[in-house]
Parts: sequence; structure tokens; C-alpha cells
Amino acid sequence: MSELEVGPLAGERVPVIATRGVTKHFGSVQALRGVDLEVYGGEVLGLVGDNGAGKSTLVNILSGAFQPNSGSLFVDGKRVTFGSSLEARRAGIETVYQDLSLAPDLAVWANIFLGREQTVKGPLRLVGWLDRKTMAREAEADLERTRIRIGSVKALAGRLSGGQRQAIAVGRAVAWGSKVLLMDEPTAALGVEQQAKVGELVRSVSDQGVPVLLISHNLPQVHALCDRVVVLFQGRVVADLRPADVSVEEIVSWITGASLAATTATVGALLRSTGHDGEPGYDGGPGHDREPGSGGGSGNNGD
Amino acid sequence: MATKFPAALSPTGSVSPNAGPEGGAPPPRRSAALRGVDRIGDFWIVGVLIVMVVAFGLKSPDHDLFTRASWLNTSDYAVEFLILAVGETFVIITGGIDLSVGATLGFTGMVSGAVMQSMLNGHDNSLLTTVVGFAVALLLGAAIGFVNGYLITRLKLPPFIVTLGSLTAIGAAPALINGGNEIATLPSQLTTIGSTEIGGWIYVTVVIAGAVCICMGFVLHRTRFGLRTYAIGSNNLGARRAGINVDAHLVRVYTISGVLGGLAGMMVTANLSVAAPLAGTNDELNAIAAVVIGGASLFGGRGHMLGTVVGTFIIALLVTGLVLVGVSGSWQQVATGIIIVAAVAVDQVRLRLAER
Repeated sequence: MSELEVGPLAGERVPVIATRGVTKHFGSVQALRGVDLEVYGGEVLGLVGDNGAGKSTLVNILSGAFQPNSGSLFVDGKRVTFGSSLEARRAGIETVYQDLSLAPDLAVWANIFLGREQTVKGPLRLVGWLDRKTMAREAEADLERTRIRIGSVKALAGRLSGGQRQAIAVGRAVAWGSKVLLMDEPTAALGVEQQAKVGELVRSVSDQGVPVLLISHNLPQVHALCDRVVVLFQGRVVADLRPADVSVEEIVSWITGASLAATTATVGALLRSTGHDGEPGYDGGPGHDREPGSGGGSGNNGD
Repeated sequence: MATKFPAALSPTGSVSPNAGPEGGAPPPRRSAALRGVDRIGDFWIVGVLIVMVVAFGLKSPDHDLFTRASWLNTSDYAVEFLILAVGETFVIITGGIDLSVGATLGFTGMVSGAVMQSMLNGHDNSLLTTVVGFAVALLLGAAIGFVNGYLITRLKLPPFIVTLGSLTAIGAAPALINGGNEIATLPSQLTTIGSTEIGGWIYVTVVIAGAVCICMGFVLHRTRFGLRTYAIGSNNLGARRAGINVDAHLVRVYTISGVLGGLAGMMVTANLSVAAPLAGTNDELNAIAAVVIGGASLFGGRGHMLGTVVGTFIIALLVTGLVLVGVSGSWQQVATGIIIVAAVAVDQVRLRLAER
């Protein structure tokens, strides 16, 4: 497998996951037009964009549900391909889906261990006899780290509140030693108080060194929570921003393409000079000077 | 598969009722009490069975319900669709349905009967013939179940349609075997199974059905296979994302249902001492009714083996009980129908109360 030879300069941090020149089309609809993205250890990276900008397509590619038409994925600098979401998970990419992907009729512990159930030792192992005690105990420990109280891990997941279910989904993802957590619209269905809880949850995950890629429409939350915000517009990364340096309104203007129009003249000319043949990826927004790898001109999308 | 909303997000429930707890922390005692009510509630159907036993017992002349003969009749009658209902429990918990089990019962019984008859006509050893008879029935049942599961998962056809097709096609087949006549040339070991009462009270077939229930109950409630069966019915997409091979699992579940259809076919043949072309007709409806009365949800994810056993005995008891108190057998169907709807209605009300 080829090493990631672009993005970080020698001696710089290697992104936990990175994409280079990823494209994806559905029939004649071009959802992604060459996306370069890096997620670094310990950061909370916001991925924003309007409906149809390509956010969910990109997330589905990172989580292994879709395969890109061209371009490459890298995990810890190593090139990878995912044939299925299972392969992405084996590579350490855990996704917390918008619908949370919980089985409401199963107990909390069963949801956490689903697909990776522990069986007892001895002859009963042959019939797949579950070690329920151990799983319940470990599930409790996993959830303690999320700092949201669940009550009993024997409760049915469907009987819990939205925030508690979110905690189960996140706790499950973190419990399985993920390298990076993708969270797709984690607060879309939640009330204000619970949104704050999820914010704490995201922070506690990244404090443990696991980077979080947060896909959200909730811009105030993204602005408050993320270390860095990447804006997708019409299938391209058009801005790489630091919330510390920009306002929510500026992020909005990138999402709607207003900032893009303002900078097209200058940036377009710049990118054409670096070899993007008439299809420039406008990924130089304000703040990009601080981030390694945000210079889209160096992408290896020639393969 | 129908997309299911978590309780708090269900269209009727809206988010608010459940929204607060972890903020202010739910009073643990209340939720424990609620779970207690739930648990008792899960077994309310046992109460129905007990009431039925007492009522029929008191109403029947000379308390005939409590006699050996009536117990033997009831349990003997229950065996047939208890075995089918065990397989149906798995299928329904995955969110599917198997309409073909009754037809599988009749078809496997006739084919295995024909095979055993020809072996005996060739003066073959009777014990070997019995073993071969069982093997034929179980393998044929497995094949039917496998084809059902394969069509459902590979062609993405609704289980209702696929198994309705099997029911229709296989249901006609017994009439083509042995000219549609009963097969009475059977090995003595087999007919012995059907007519021997252990200790005078329990038929061997009842023991076999009971063993199947216990084994499959443990599989359902204590093993990885059972847990994944629930997971698939509860959230099909979620199960796939969790790395479960949902299609393979479903094929296995329908295959189990088919195998149990074959076993039921042998039990009926043993009971009647003949392989009958009309055996198993409409049994799938009784099996499904038993599972649903036992608390399973046709949307998947819910149900338990004990409930299925209780549901089976409620239906069996209706037949013998109504006959004993002198009500025409046709009323049994009316009563069964009412109980099915009532059981589901009570369950829905309970769920709604629990979500408050």
C-alpha cells in the first residue's frame, strides 16, 4: 500500500484519516468532485454544507457504505479501501448514525455488544452461549465514560431518552477502540438541553484523544464545539476555517457560496496556475494557512 | 423492512414525554417499579390461560377437563402446531412471517410416508425405515425453508409473498403423492411414538415437542443466534451496520422453520398412524396465532418462547374446552379470532402505557 505522500510535510502530524481527490457520482449527478480532507488526532472537525453539498456522501464513503469512483482514503497515512462498513470499522472508523442504529427492543448492553457478542468459555461456547454478566459489566464501564446516566444497562434501549440513546451510540463506538468517530447530525432530533449534553459527549470523546468528525446543520453548535470547520459546496471543500477566527455568519456565507463568489476571481486564478485543469477545488478559505494539507493544489488525484 | 422509530420518536409519541430523564436523573425507584409492572405485564397471558383452565374445568360436566383423557387430547392436539409455532416464533421476531409451515407439514409427512412405505414393501428393516423417514422429512423441510429464505433475501421479496407462494404450491403436492390417498404402511417404531404414553399421562410426541421448545427457547433467549434474531427484527439496517450477516441469518431462520415443519409432519404421521394428505391444512394460522397471543410483534423484535407455549395451549384448550362444555367446534374459530385481536390490543395498550 502506498504511503500518504501528500498533505503533511515531513515531520508534521499524520492525519488519522485523510481523503485525496475523492469523487462520487450517482448516475449523472456528481455528488463529490475531488475532496481532500484530513482529520487529526484529538480534534473535533466540523463538516458543514448545504443539503446536497455532498456531506452524507462523503460520510458514507468514509464509513465504507459507498465506494468512491476515484480518489483515495488514508488511515494513519496508509492507503486503504473499504468494501463494506464492516471493513471501515475494522480500520477503526466508527460511525454514530443520525438514526443511532440502535435496536430499541434490545437491552442497552446488547446494543453495545451487537455484532461482537461475548460468549462463555467451555462447551456451551460452541452454541454461542452469551456471557451476559461480563457484557453487562463492561457495558456499564463503557457508558460511565460518556458521563450520561443510563440507569440500568438492562433497560431496553427504546425506553430511554434521546440523549441517553445518543450516549449509548457514542459509548458503543468509543468502546470498540475507534481511531475516529463520525457523527452524522447527532443533535437533529434533540431538544436544547440534550444538545448540550451531546456537546459534552463529543468533547469528552476528543479529550480521550479520539478525533470526531461532526456533520451538522446546527452552526452555532458547530462553531462552539469544533476546533476546525470544513465547508463543502457542490461536492468540493471550499473552506477550512477556525471558529476562533471566524463568525457563524462567515461560515454561513461559505455554505451558501457567497464567500466563494467573492473569492473566485483570485483563488480561481491561483488554482489554475497550480495545475487543476479548469476544475478547481476552491479549498483555500480564511484560516487555511494554519492547517497542513489544506493546499488543494498538492492533491494526488492523478491516479 | 419497516423502519421503526424508537419509542420516544414514534409519530404518536413525540419527543417530549421521555425527553428529560437524564438531565434531572430519573428517580431510580420509579423506573424499577415500572420495569416490574412490565415484567408482570409480559405474563398477563398466563393469567388468561389459568382462568380458561379453571372456567372450563368448572363448567365441564363432572369436571371432565381435569381427566387424563382430556389432558391427553389437549396436549396431543397441541403438539402439531406447537412445533410449528416454535419456528414461527423465530421468523416473526425477525419481522417476517412463514405461511408455508402447515403445507410443509403435510408435504413432508406424505413424502416421508411414501418413502417408508416403499422401503417396507421391499421388506426393509423397520427401525432403519423410521430413521430414513425422519431424515427425509427433516431434510425436505430444511430444503423448503432454505428456498423460502433464499428467495426472501436474494430477490428481496416480502416474506408474506414468498411463503404464500410456497403454501400454495406445496399445499397441492400431497394430492399428487400416492394418488392422494392416505399411506398406512408405516414402520411400527413410528406408530409406537405416536401412541405410547409415558406414565400414562404424556405422549412421546409431547415429550419431543417439549424438548424442542426448551432447546429452541434457550437458543432464542441465551445464545448469540437468538440475540441477533431479535436485533434483525428490531432494527434491520442497524444489525447490518453492526456487522451481522443479516441475509445469511434470515436464511437460517427460515430453514429452522422448515425443519420444524418436517418434524411436525412426522409427529402428525405418528399420531394418526397414517400419512394423511390433508394433514397440516391451516396449521400455519394456528401457529401464527399462538405466537402473536404469546406477545410477539408482527413488526419484529418482540416475542418470547414461553409466550408461544402459553399461546399454543390457549388455542388447544379452546378446542377441547369448548367441546367439553358442549359448544360446537366451529365456535372455537370464533373464539380464537377474538382472542388474537384481544391479545394484540391489550399488548398495544400496555406498550402505550409503558411509554408514558
